Amino acid sequence: MNAPARDPSRSSYYVTNDFYLELIADFADWQVDERSVEDCAERDRFRRLIEQEARLLDRLLYEEWLALYTPECAYWVPSTPEGGDPRTEISVMFDDRRRLEDRIYRLRTGYAWSQAPSSRTSRIVSNVEVFKSARDDQRMVRSNFAISEFWDGEIRMLAGWTGHRFRQHGGAWKISAKQVNLLNCDQCIRNPSIVL
Amino acid sequence: MTLERSKAPARLQNAPLYDWDELVQEDRVHRLIYTDPAVFDAEMVNVFGGTWVYLAHESQIPNPNDFITGKLGLRPLIITRDENGQIRALYNRCTHRGTTLCRWDKGNSRSFQCPYHGWNFLNTGKLRGVPWPDGYASKLVQEDKFNLAQVPRVESYRGFIFGTLNMEAPSLPDHLGPIKKPIDEWLDRNPGGKVIVCEANRLKFKGNWKLAYDNSGDGYHVIFSHRSLIQTENRFADEATKKGMSYYQNSPDTLPMYCQYMGNGHHFKDKRPNLEARPGGLWAIESLHPGMEHVQDKLRSRYGARAETMLDLAGSEPVNINVFPNLSLLGNHIQVFQPVAFDETDAIWYGTKIEDVDGTLGEEVLTDINALRMRTQEGFPNFGEVDDVTNFEQIQRGLAAAEDEWIYMNRGYAIPDRIHTLEDGTIKGPATDELFMREYIREWKRLMKAEPDIAIRREV
Ligand code: FES
Ligand SMILES: [Fe+2]
Repeated sequence: MNAPARDPSRSSYYVTNDFYLELIADFADWQVDERSVEDCAERDRFRRLIEQEARLLDRLLYEEWLALYTPECAYWVPSTPEGGDPRTEISVMFDDRRRLEDRIYRLRTGYAWSQAPSSRTSRIVSNVEVFKSARDDQRMVRSNFAISEFWDGEIRMLAGWTGHRFRQHGGAWKISAKQVNLLNCDQCIRNPSIVL
Repeated sequence: MTLERSKAPARLQNAPLYDWDELVQEDRVHRLIYTDPAVFDAEMVNVFGGTWVYLAHESQIPNPNDFITGKLGLRPLIITRDENGQIRALYNRCTHRGTTLCRWDKGNSRSFQCPYHGWNFLNTGKLRGVPWPDGYASKLVQEDKFNLAQVPRVESYRGFIFGTLNMEAPSLPDHLGPIKKPIDEWLDRNPGGKVIVCEANRLKFKGNWKLAYDNSGDGYHVIFSHRSLIQTENRFADEATKKGMSYYQNSPDTLPMYCQYMGNGHHFKDKRPNLEARPGGLWAIESLHPGMEHVQDKLRSRYGARAETMLDLAGSEPVNINVFPNLSLLGNHIQVFQPVAFDETDAIWYGTKIEDVDGTLGEEVLTDINALRMRTQEGFPNFGEVDDVTNFEQIQRGLAAAEDEWIYMNRGYAIPDRIHTLEDGTIKGPATDELFMREYIREWKRLMKAEPDIAIRREV
């Protein structure tokens, strides 16, 4: 296989059974005090990245937002409060790099009626905690979010918590997986068409 | 069992007595059938009480004492399988003062204890005991009227559980009639002719439930309402490899796909004739999904030609099988329309997975195919349905204009030789035709005019 065929923006070779298993393992039992990072500078570095992500999404700056992610990433909004196994459960959203770019492509076609005009959002992220992983080049970060979404004359609210899996990539910390846990993930949601 | 006849239909006389023939005409309907709360209240008795309604899938309660909570119209239900395997649809309503007994979505339990005063019911609906029974003049557990109400007729068709309150409704197989054939085909393409229900994409929209059913067979909206989806699906495709629903782009009515009215409000949109009739013909138009190339290359290198049949199991079956009033099988989804209020509806897109019933796939292939099947199913609710529900909400808003009264469902109406009634009584027409709407709303009108013989049942 030549290199361009494996460009994760064009084809999906990296979403393998092992990829799923690693994702499930990384998002199980990770929020434990013994692994909590105490160092303020390190905690602040990740808090800043999460605030930056919220700002870029509020401002619809999708290229800059995608640049926060590793090329082979996952964006996962489970449909069960426990997260579950995405191999046997349909998710609210489960995107690899290409589908994430599809999502943005669709929003920009001008014909995405659910986002025409675009929602205005303001995201509050808080309660940021950073946890060490078995891998040195990996950190897991938990934060809470509240998204106020204005569309068509009314403000709606989306709330929950996020697990970010950061990895070292090209000398920087990048998001290699994001798990968005909506409080009402297993209930009917009114038009979930913004990027969370 | 004891049956209690219900006066609910008679009590609806407080609702405005509309002339249904005026509101539902040959090629147009009045806005009031979407906007009037009194019409909605009447529908919840006459339509959701008067015909068979999809309640749940047997795979959601596979084991003895499993239950899920659900609804029949607005009636809260607990759908149970007792220890002998019998399925019941119990009203989730305590017979004492009316609170819901069970507040969990699903679980396994032989009994339900009321959170309010502790009355305890078996999962057959029978009252097992009440706290401090000396305070009652008689033994409540010996009186049928204190056993839970339940849907008097509950039947399954190949795993799909339906219920009706109408004692005069035909049997379920007779009621389904010709729509059974596409349901059979939808199931039989999977190993063992079965699917297992898994989690769901759950959407809510602020609009009347019929807006979703009107859309369920609508081949006219596809290229417009889903323009962003089709552009996205085809952003890497060349002329020779059009993905997804692109076949709607150029005069869809000249293509072999068709729409067919199947009687009793049911209808069928069959897009399968558009595909190349070969193993892999379905997979060939599947749009791009996570893990697709990995699984595809692995299966093709290991299994050669057989891989195409395996991949088709992950592909979105191009049919819309619509069972009036609340069920739609499309792609691999089991979609349920759940009315909440006259202007609010939940649309729940249950995913389905397959089982390796006869061991021909093997565990690894099964895991890969099901994972891919999850990803293909997430595609449409995320990239397509969000735009449809936006349009449904905006219809509800448009219909607030009281003087502009009519909604037209006249596409294909009164054109000679466009629509054909077949020997079995089904009616066939081109894919973008609104014939299914004109026909199902006629069934709706019949139910609204009828006085259904509505009853509930209690164990003895
Ligand atoms: S309402 Fe159930 S026991 Fe009183
Ligand atoms: Fe649609």
